[in-house]
Amino acid sequence: MRRQIPLLLTFLTGVAIIIAFFIPHRPFNEVQDILIDWAIIITGFALLLGVHSLLRKHITHIQRKDSGWGFSLILTFFFIGVFVAGIISAFQYKGYSLTPGSSLYFVYDYMVIPLSATMFALLAFFIASAAYRAFRARRLNATLLLVAAVIVMLGRVPIAENAFFKFLTRFSDWFMFIPQMAAKRGIWIGIALGAFAMSLRIILGIERTYLQ
Amino acid sequence: MSIWERLSKIDRRIIYLLLALVIIIPIVFRIPSTVAVSESAQMAYDVLDGLPAGTPVLFSTDFDPASMPELRPMMTAVLRHAFKKKLKVIMMGHWPTGIPLSTIILEEVAQEFDVEYGVDYINIGYRPGAGLVMIQMGREIRSVFDIDITGEPLDSFPMMKPIHNYSDIGLVACFEAGDMGEIWARYAWGRFGVRIIMGTTAVVTPDIYPYLGSRQIEGLIGGMAGAAAYEKLIEHPDKAMIRMSSQAWAHILIVLFIVIGNIGFFMMRRIERIKKKRTE
Repeated sequence: MRRQIPLLLTFLTGVAIIIAFFIPHRPFNEVQDILIDWAIIITGFALLLGVHSLLRKHITHIQRKDSGWGFSLILTFFFIGVFVAGIISAFQYKGYSLTPGSSLYFVYDYMVIPLSATMFALLAFFIASAAYRAFRARRLNATLLLVAAVIVMLGRVPIAENAFFKFLTRFSDWFMFIPQMAAKRGIWIGIALGAFAMSLRIILGIERTYLQ
Repeated sequence: MSIWERLSKIDRRIIYLLLALVIIIPIVFRIPSTVAVSESAQMAYDVLDGLPAGTPVLFSTDFDPASMPELRPMMTAVLRHAFKKKLKVIMMGHWPTGIPLSTIILEEVAQEFDVEYGVDYINIGYRPGAGLVMIQMGREIRSVFDIDITGEPLDSFPMMKPIHNYSDIGLVACFEAGDMGEIWARYAWGRFGVRIIMGTTAVVTPDIYPYLGSRQIEGLIGGMAGAAAYEKLIEHPDKAMIRMSSQAWAHILIVLFIVIGNIGFFMMRRIERIKKKRTE
C-alpha cells in the first residue's frame, strides 16, 4: 500500500491535469485550479525543505571537521545573520523586509549585489582565456564553429559604421535566425519528446524512481 | 621556446590584464560606440510603440544582481518607452532576489515622468511557483497577487480595478537571465495567447530565437547589444551605449587572441611536419 497509494495519486493527478488542458470547463478546470493552488503552496514549503537540507549538510561538515569545514562555518554564520536581519526587517517594515533602510536591504545592497555581480563578471575573463585556448581550427567542424563564432562576435558589436561591419551584423542576424534556430529547434523537439515520454512513464507508474 | 610556441601558449594573466584594460578604458573615458539595431530589437520596439495609451503592460523581473549590468539598462529603456507612451505598468517577478532591483529601476524611471503610483504603475512583487503562477494569473491575478509589495490590496489601486487576467493586459515584457522566458512563452502565450516581448542576457538569447521565429514572442532584446539598440530607438542614450564600447573592444581583443593562437598553432604544426619529414 505504501507504493500503490502514491502511484494512484500520481496517476489521478496527471490524468486530471491532461483532461483539464483539453476540456477547460467545469468541473475539470476547478479541479485543476485546486491542484495548482496546492502546488504553489508545496513550492513554498519546498524552500523550507531546501533550507533544512542545506543547513543539515553544512552543520554535519562542521561537526565532523571534514575538509573545507571552514567554508561551511562561513555559510552557516551568514545564513543565520541574514535570517536574523530578515526577521528584524520584517517586524520593522510590516512584512516588506526589503524596504530601503532596513537591515536586510543593507545586506542586499552591500553584499548580495556586489558579490553576485563580481562572480558573474569574472566569467568574462575565463571565457576570454578559454576561447583563446579552445578555438583552434584543428578540423573542419572546429573551423566552422570558429568562423561562425568570430562573425557573430564581431557582428553583434560593430565598432564602426561601414559596409564591412554592416555585412557582419546582417550575417550575424541571419546566422542566429536560421542555422542557430534550426539547431535549437532540433534540440528542443528532442527534449520535449523525452519529457513527454518521461511524463507518461511517471503517470502510468512505469517510472518509479521518484518514490525512492 | 620558439615565437610560434609562445603565441599559442600566451599566459592567461596577460589575457586577463589586457581584457581588463579594454573593458575599463572605454567606461572611464566614456568612449562612444556604434550601435547596430537588430531586427529582433526593432520588433520589440515596434510592438510596444504600437500599443494605445493606457494599455496595461506587465513587466516581469526574472533576473538577479548577477545579470544586472545587461538587464538593468534594458529594463530601464523599455520602462522609459512605456511611460513615454503613457502605458500602465505592472511590475512583478519570478526571482525573489530581483524584486528589490526592479523596485529601484521602476522608482528611478517613474521619477523622470509625471506618473503616480497606483494610478499609472504598480509593483506587485514575487510569488513562488513560476509556471503555476502564470497559469493562475491567466484566470485571476488576485488569486496569486492579492496585495502589492507594500501590503495594500490590489483593488485599493485605481489602475488595478479593471485588470483581472491576461485578457486585460496588452503585453508582457519579461526580462530573463534563466529559463523563465520559455515558461512565459509556453504557459502565458501557449494557454492564454498573451502578447510577449522578451529581454534576455546574451547567454540566454540563442535559446529564445525559436520562440521568436514561430512568433510565440513578438520581439527579442538580446544582451547588452539589444539594450543599447533599444536606447538608440527611444533616443535616450544611457549606460548600455557606454558599456557597448567596452564589449565591442573586448570582442575584438578575444578575436585577436583567437587569430594569434591559431597562427601559433598552425606554424607549430608545420614545423613538426617538417621535422618529421626530415627524420624519415
